[in-house]
Amino acid sequence: MLDSSDNTKKMSIIVTKGTLDWAYPPFILGTTAAAMDVEVTMFFTFYGLQLLKKDLDLKISTLGNPAMEMPMMGMHMKMPNIVSAIPGVDRMATTMMKNLIKKKGVASIPDLREAAIESDIKMVACQMTLDLFELEQKDLIDGITLGGAATYMEGALESDINLYI
Amino acid sequence: MADQTLDAKGLNCPLPILKAKKALKGMQAGQVLEVLSTDPGSVADFAAFCNQTGNELLKSETAGDVYTFEIKKT
Repeated sequence: MLDSSDNTKKMSIIVTKGTLDWAYPPFILGTTAAAMDVEVTMFFTFYGLQLLKKDLDLKISTLGNPAMEMPMMGMHMKMPNIVSAIPGVDRMATTMMKNLIKKKGVASIPDLREAAIESDIKMVACQMTLDLFELEQKDLIDGITLGGAATYMEGALESDINLYI
Repeated sequence: MADQTLDAKGLNCPLPILKAKKALKGMQAGQVLEVLSTDPGSVADFAAFCNQTGNELLKSETAGDVYTFEIKKT
């Protein structure tokens, strides 16, 4: 219940990662906070910008996730970093993850992103990252604000929760 | 008796909460939303959701694999 803006709780999330698995924590927390009447700002920087692209094509990487295990035929298959060197492994892991997401009733990232837009989450794209990776605002979904570190800081300083994911 | 029922069975976190919030938005103050869920985490989550948003959790029950919640919109 948004009584007055003074009492409204605020949260900011810096989103730095753009793989399918790492897209979940920021979108789950952002949409849930918004559902609990928290005013949410998400600041997308570096690889996090991938999550704002019109064409979402997110993948899993087995590299950098040394504790990754995939359930398979009643067992858990370990996926140590070294398997990422094998061609096709990341593609296979992505397919497995997408199948699990469907089977377990977990929201898809496009659905969560849509929910974030519907619940008026303020989404800011890092201007510097756009320049760095030669991306343009037209590559991103509509309704995104462009900004930099100072834009983030202004919101973060008046937030109750600030997360870096 | 609930004014509206939301069947969130088979859905995982955070979908039951997001869908409940959406349903409550379209309801009048004083009306009751019934939510059915199979997500064990939703027991703690609906308590936290109601606590934070000020909506009243009238009922939180378990029958087999199904959790039933009744939320009164304030």
